Amino acid sequence: MKGVALLLSVCMLALSQFAQGASVTLLNVSYDPTRELYKDVNQAFAADWKAKHGGDITIQMSHGGSGKQARSVLDGLPADVVTLALAYDIDALADRGLLAQNWQSRLPDNSSPYTSTIVFLVRKGNPKHIRDWSDLIKPGVQVITPNPKTSGGARWAFLAAWGYALKQPNGNEAAAKEFVRKLFKNVPVLDTGAREATNTFVQRGIGDVLLSWENEALLAQRTLGKDAVEIVIPSRSILAEPPVAVVDKTAAAHHTQAIATAYLQFLYTEQGQEIAAKHYYRPRSAKAMQKYAAQFPKINTFSIGDTFGDWRQVQKKFFSDGGIFDQVSPGS
Amino acid sequence: MRKGILPGFGLGLGYVCAYLGLMVLLPLAALVWKAYGIGAHDLLQLLSSPRTFAALRLSFAGAFASALVNVVAGLLVGWVLVRYRFPGRRVLDAAVDLPFALPTAVAGIALTALYAPNGWIGQFLKPLGVQIAYTPLGVLVAMTFVGFPFVVRTLQPVLESLDHGVEEAAHTLGATRAQTFRRVILPTLTPALLTGFALALARAVGEYGSVIFIAGNIPMRSEIAPLLIVEKLEQFNYAGAAAMAVVMLGFSLVLLLFLSLLQRRSARWQEASA
Repeated sequence: MKGVALLLSVCMLALSQFAQGASVTLLNVSYDPTRELYKDVNQAFAADWKAKHGGDITIQMSHGGSGKQARSVLDGLPADVVTLALAYDIDALADRGLLAQNWQSRLPDNSSPYTSTIVFLVRKGNPKHIRDWSDLIKPGVQVITPNPKTSGGARWAFLAAWGYALKQPNGNEAAAKEFVRKLFKNVPVLDTGAREATNTFVQRGIGDVLLSWENEALLAQRTLGKDAVEIVIPSRSILAEPPVAVVDKTAAAHHTQAIATAYLQFLYTEQGQEIAAKHYYRPRSAKAMQKYAAQFPKINTFSIGDTFGDWRQVQKKFFSDGGIFDQVSPGS
Repeated sequence: MRKGILPGFGLGLGYVCAYLGLMVLLPLAALVWKAYGIGAHDLLQLLSSPRTFAALRLSFAGAFASALVNVVAGLLVGWVLVRYRFPGRRVLDAAVDLPFALPTAVAGIALTALYAPNGWIGQFLKPLGVQIAYTPLGVLVAMTFVGFPFVVRTLQPVLESLDHGVEEAAHTLGATRAQTFRRVILPTLTPALLTGFALALARAVGEYGSVIFIAGNIPMRSEIAPLLIVEKLEQFNYAGAAAMAVVMLGFSLVLLLFLSLLQRRSARWQEASA
């Protein structure tokens, strides 16, 4: 008798769970420095969804190097959405049929709800007087940047340096190549990821300047205090657009397309934009940008689109085996 | 084939083949199969690239050197742990295994923190003009760290079974201490030393997690071969990565076969001279 009662109450409990609306789980596979950002976004989105539609949403996160994360998804990690460091990694998923080839035009602003750029982190007082890219190739200056072959952030940094040299008076491809060759001569350590490079620079005290995501640099400055490191904004840098996308195939299998799309669209709302700005990503919304104007100084940027074409071309020309990075790295 | 007295040979062999096949050979076969996708042109380019050569040289020469260091250091440590009784011996003995227990990334970060120019040890080496972290020396340090327990652990049982009587006999026959060590003790230990050397070497060749933090990873100078594999994976170049892995595997296989041959030789020689 007791057993039946217990069984009944368990059934009731299960039913009441259903009555409140189904609980859904999304998996967001992202890159390394977005941990803090998505922690806040997920909480805000779950509350927003519950208020509008009822039902609980749990969003699980996976973080790691952008390329490695894309590979995990290719190998079967069931991501409903991917939020990676560069479009090429999502292109790779599209090439293998996990989502539509036109994924980047499905959401506004090249599917990048927030942007960032590459800035310099230097030691307190800027002892080597580093003001712009041209100071990085001076003899005796040590530059820390991760390896562009293994780090998305480093690829943006490489292209920023290239674009700077290209856009100088009399700039051309040959001059740009010579510039990055000299730059990489000054690199004593090539870490595999952005966070490791930050650690090498900050904790190990190696190098005079770190090429860094703006959001990483601001985060480092906040955690270390303004006395430890300073941020230098170069005359020109790249508009880094980390893209987001619904992984069609997985979302269809999980029946989560609608929620996954709503989740990404939430990033474009004022609330989402403000959370991005709070975590040092430059928001697209003018309103959020104005609110956080103090932390984002004006910077002259160029995009992949206006300088390089698209990421597939960039990857092939610069970072594939035998590409320009291989040609300018030491010993080749 | 000689059948043993105990039954169950067929079952035993079947089990060994099935288990090894599933756990070792199947993944390796998948690797070779993946590597097959690389064209002849790309393979040739991969093999003839000076960068590949430099990385392979660093990985194998570094592993060889670190295994040599471990043989000497491991012999000393094993000897002291087996031959002497002192307070704290068990703690020291347990500490030998720590490099196995530690996640390799943690080991790499800890070693880098120690040997970086501003680290505990690095700051004293800096005035001498010696830098360990972010140079090939750092690679050697990390490889030595992860391979250390192998030599001690393969040596210990042999040292324990060493008969004191033999040493005493050598002594009464007029051998000096050096002679006793060189002509009596060392030959007995050689097979175990070689096994330890081979294990430490194999571990160091494939080591990625700890080395990557301390190496500096500059092409042609401090870039290890496993990093080249990871770089290829980052470009979704599975075939290239697998081809590189097969090349490493081939080298390792030849090395290990050679070492096991050497070991058998030394064991046979010892039997003959006993």
